[in-house]
Amino acid sequence: MDKLLFGDNQFFGVNHMSEEKARAQSMRFQDIGAVIDVLDAAYDEGIKTFMCTTHDRIGLVVEHMRANPTRYADYVFYPGMPYAHKYANAVTEEGPLGALKKFMPSDGLIDAAMRGGMSLARKDVEGIGTLLIDAEMKMFQGMNTPVIFVQNVVTDLILGLGFNEAFRIFANHIRNRYGAEPGFITMNTPKLVPVLEELGIENPIICSNINKIGFRMSGGIKAYEQTLKSHRFRAIAMSVFASGALKPDEAIKWICDQPNIESIVFGASSRANIRNTRELVDKYWKTPATV
Amino acid sequence: MIKVAVVGLGKMGISHLGIIRPHKDVEVAAICDSTGYLLDILSKYTGLRTYTDYTKMLDEVELDAVIIATPSRAHITMVTAALEKGIHVFCEKPFTLNGEESKNLANLVVEKGLVNQVGYHYRFVGAFREVKRLLDAGAIGEVSHVMAEAYGPVVLKPKGSTWRTQRSEGGGCLYDYAAHPINLINWYFGMPHSVGGSVLGKIFSRDTDDEVYSTLYFDDGKTAQLSVNWSDESYRKMSTKITVWGTKGRIYADRQEVQLYAREKAGLPDGYNAGWNVRYTTDLTKEVDFYIRGEEYSAQLDYFVRAIKEKSKDNINDFVSAAYTDRVISMLIADAEAGPKDMSGVIAQRAAPQRKRFSLFAR
Repeated sequence: MDKLLFGDNQFFGVNHMSEEKARAQSMRFQDIGAVIDVLDAAYDEGIKTFMCTTHDRIGLVVEHMRANPTRYADYVFYPGMPYAHKYANAVTEEGPLGALKKFMPSDGLIDAAMRGGMSLARKDVEGIGTLLIDAEMKMFQGMNTPVIFVQNVVTDLILGLGFNEAFRIFANHIRNRYGAEPGFITMNTPKLVPVLEELGIENPIICSNINKIGFRMSGGIKAYEQTLKSHRFRAIAMSVFASGALKPDEAIKWICDQPNIESIVFGASSRANIRNTRELVDKYWKTPATV
Repeated sequence: MIKVAVVGLGKMGISHLGIIRPHKDVEVAAICDSTGYLLDILSKYTGLRTYTDYTKMLDEVELDAVIIATPSRAHITMVTAALEKGIHVFCEKPFTLNGEESKNLANLVVEKGLVNQVGYHYRFVGAFREVKRLLDAGAIGEVSHVMAEAYGPVVLKPKGSTWRTQRSEGGGCLYDYAAHPINLINWYFGMPHSVGGSVLGKIFSRDTDDEVYSTLYFDDGKTAQLSVNWSDESYRKMSTKITVWGTKGRIYADRQEVQLYAREKAGLPDGYNAGWNVRYTTDLTKEVDFYIRGEEYSAQLDYFVRAIKEKSKDNINDFVSAAYTDRVISMLIADAEAGPKDMSGVIAQRAAPQRKRFSLFAR
């Protein structure tokens, strides 16, 4: 994994600081061209991994890259699924089972439709889960997706329910079907790591908030430090600026001092900010951010 | 360990189950839902003890507390049954569909001396708590008016029938969305004596409301306006906001931030100054032990568990407070059903009292 990964919250009006700012971002990135411009700026700064949700609009980005294979020959996607609001709204509208039915493949391959129907009827979680994963991954066909994530709300719900088998199903399917590494986004790293260890999911990639003020580090910053020191996993830090509560220099200096962090995922809307972050990581990380 | 059952496994029930199961002081002793499908899956993969019959569960399982997240119409019998057995109750909002029934339950729970809480999670959002602190400190002086809003993209087209599409079952924008800003108004300012100009409008729904507007009147002359719409796609998810005007300034808050404009420094809490002050969620939010979808959801359940453990009699979201909100909701429905007041007669009377009988618009 690269030291720096590019995130996509800013493109979808996700801002943990201000609803006004979030709306301004939604307006600015309404046109997919504006998104691609920022991705290009990141690319030209050497940041070639895009860690993104499976929002429909990401499909447009993928299409653009597919149409320009020379420009993006070494581009890497780390998809994170599912785009949770799509499911949450469907659950509100149609209940959990109705929502499942809605997202199971019903058109196209008769085989998939059959598999879906049978899996639902049999309460076959593996069948249902793998079909949903395949549906989410459709838009990335032909792209380089060496790591595939499950989004935090799903990871943490599974963890909370104790539905551990779902982690194993996800990890196996991502490895077997996509030849990729399974990744887990979570807000509960200290609780997740031992569960994955117990399931035999070795050296997993885990992405979570890690920042100097402990913002949204559930269980406390001490528990995170302990877990980073004493367990074997590949940590990606997100929200290192704590949604803007930390000054960039201070935030990056601190994160680079933490043990066993492999990558940082960050979002930015301008080339100047992207460059600034890269330069700070080059300055504070023991090895350069990009090569 | 506190033995808890979760009842009703829709969106809120599943979320509560996911949050409460990892709690260090809790053992989930049973889960209950009327439909077997999800229950079978959870039983198979999580090993939880499952029931489709609530009464049977109460009879068979030794419980300290129950979390009820069924549609609101079912709350009254379920809550009553739990209280009669001496079980502490956390119940989803809205509490009941009738202000009087809510009051009766509130009386019963006081009599039983049990811990009782309703899931108005906004009272656990850092920014809205800070508003309460600022108001209690008198940061903006005498309050004259409040604007309480909530918008989001829930119903964006006409659709089939579920409990959520029926007001009689507790579905609709009033119960689902507007209950939250109303509850915040109750928390900050107590009970209004009356409401006026209430609109329960339909945009896409057939059997319930999609937008809610009303004015609430308080004893001391202050007023509150409510503006709520769950058919607004310009919002990514539910967004609740409060604006309060006072003699010494103005407060604006949403889930992410509090903005205070203060005319003077005197009376402000530490760290606040005259002029603009902004506090973000990153400062105002305490970390939780386990997080699924927002600190407030974890914090409210932890608060409930702690109240049981510490035998606390206080609860900022007790049945009494929820009964206020249900009463306001009942007032809004009655006001909306009464319809608008035709003022043309009064206008005519004012303009030319001697000729009012001949007014073109008089009824």
